[in-house]
Amino acid sequence: MVEFNFPANSKVKGGKSHKAPAGAKNVRSFQVYRYDPDSGENPRTDTFEVDMDDCGPMVLDALIKIKNEIDPTLTFRRSCREGICGSCAMNIDGTNTLACTKDCEDVKGDVKISPLPHLEIIKDLVGDLSNFYAQYASIKPWLETQTPAPPDSERLQSEDERRLIDGLYECILCACCSTSCPSYWWNSDRYLGPAVLLQAYRWLIDSRDESQGERLDQLEDPFRLYRCHTIMNCTNTCPKSLNPAKAIAEIKKMMVQRQV
Amino acid sequence: MAAGNRPLSPHLQVYRWQITMALSILHRITGVGLALGLLLLTWWLAAAASGPEYFNTVHAIMGSEIGRVLLFGFTVSLYFHLFNGIRHLIWDAGYGFELDVMRKSGWLVLVISVVMTLLTFLVGYGSA
Repeated sequence: MVEFNFPANSKVKGGKSHKAPAGAKNVRSFQVYRYDPDSGENPRTDTFEVDMDDCGPMVLDALIKIKNEIDPTLTFRRSCREGICGSCAMNIDGTNTLACTKDCEDVKGDVKISPLPHLEIIKDLVGDLSNFYAQYASIKPWLETQTPAPPDSERLQSEDERRLIDGLYECILCACCSTSCPSYWWNSDRYLGPAVLLQAYRWLIDSRDESQGERLDQLEDPFRLYRCHTIMNCTNTCPKSLNPAKAIAEIKKMMVQRQV
Repeated sequence: MAAGNRPLSPHLQVYRWQITMALSILHRITGVGLALGLLLLTWWLAAAASGPEYFNTVHAIMGSEIGRVLLFGFTVSLYFHLFNGIRHLIWDAGYGFELDVMRKSGWLVLVISVVMTLLTFLVGYGSA
């Protein structure tokens, strides 16, 4: 349900301020959401001043520098630092994106960083994605077949058939889109959300898959699929420039097409 | 994992407003506006059916400043919901999902709605 009242334990308080080293000329302020589960205190916003002349260009570079040099307790997920693992997804400057591919120069004023929206926060910028992964598993993201495999080859597809999953297979499941979606904020217990639906479509149109009917049956539900109201935050925010909104529209079309 | 008192990360509080999401919520708001406007219309028609005396009273209320503001809201709702509804219909057919197209179509709907509303009031009150 829509919540206009932000829970009392989630209200963000003012936090600590860390000044840049003396003599720094190119200083940027990073306002970072902090939550320490051991303190029992509310989340707070800490301000870190960073000398950009002594820091890499991306937001992730700044976060790593802050963790290394200012506050080692700052907690965030990161791995590949080149936009392929999806770990460092967070809300930067008001939209969800990957910290490793977001240039600090593209942000005007202070760089505001908070976790992916509307998640239970484990610590600092780390949100709980258990539900997201469980939903992904629920759409059976693997090839389902009834016929026996060809004895002397793989299951083949033509170039045209292969082309159908372009723009879908590239998804890295960073959850930027799902956690940008107001419908997902209010109904993530029952609505699958853009990322998982894009994946659902990826398997629906794979020419080698033989469970299209069952897959559509699973999605034919007022919540699982039809909570998408084409708000379009998903496509606007995708750091891989994919189009979940379009994929969801294609699923809705398939639902109609199999009725006629 | 102890999930006891975990806070919820900020959502509406931090998310940057964009034309697409703004028009989406506006579509819902104007939907409510349409429902209320239909009540207004029904009241006016019922008054017309019940006789000249009551009709004149209701008609006068509609012509008052408050009445005109309500009618203006109804008209805006009608045009916006209509044109944005067509935009939704095109999406449902699978078209117009490119980022620049969805933004441009949004602005287009907004501009047409405002122009049509002003035009309607100009014609409506200009001839009266």
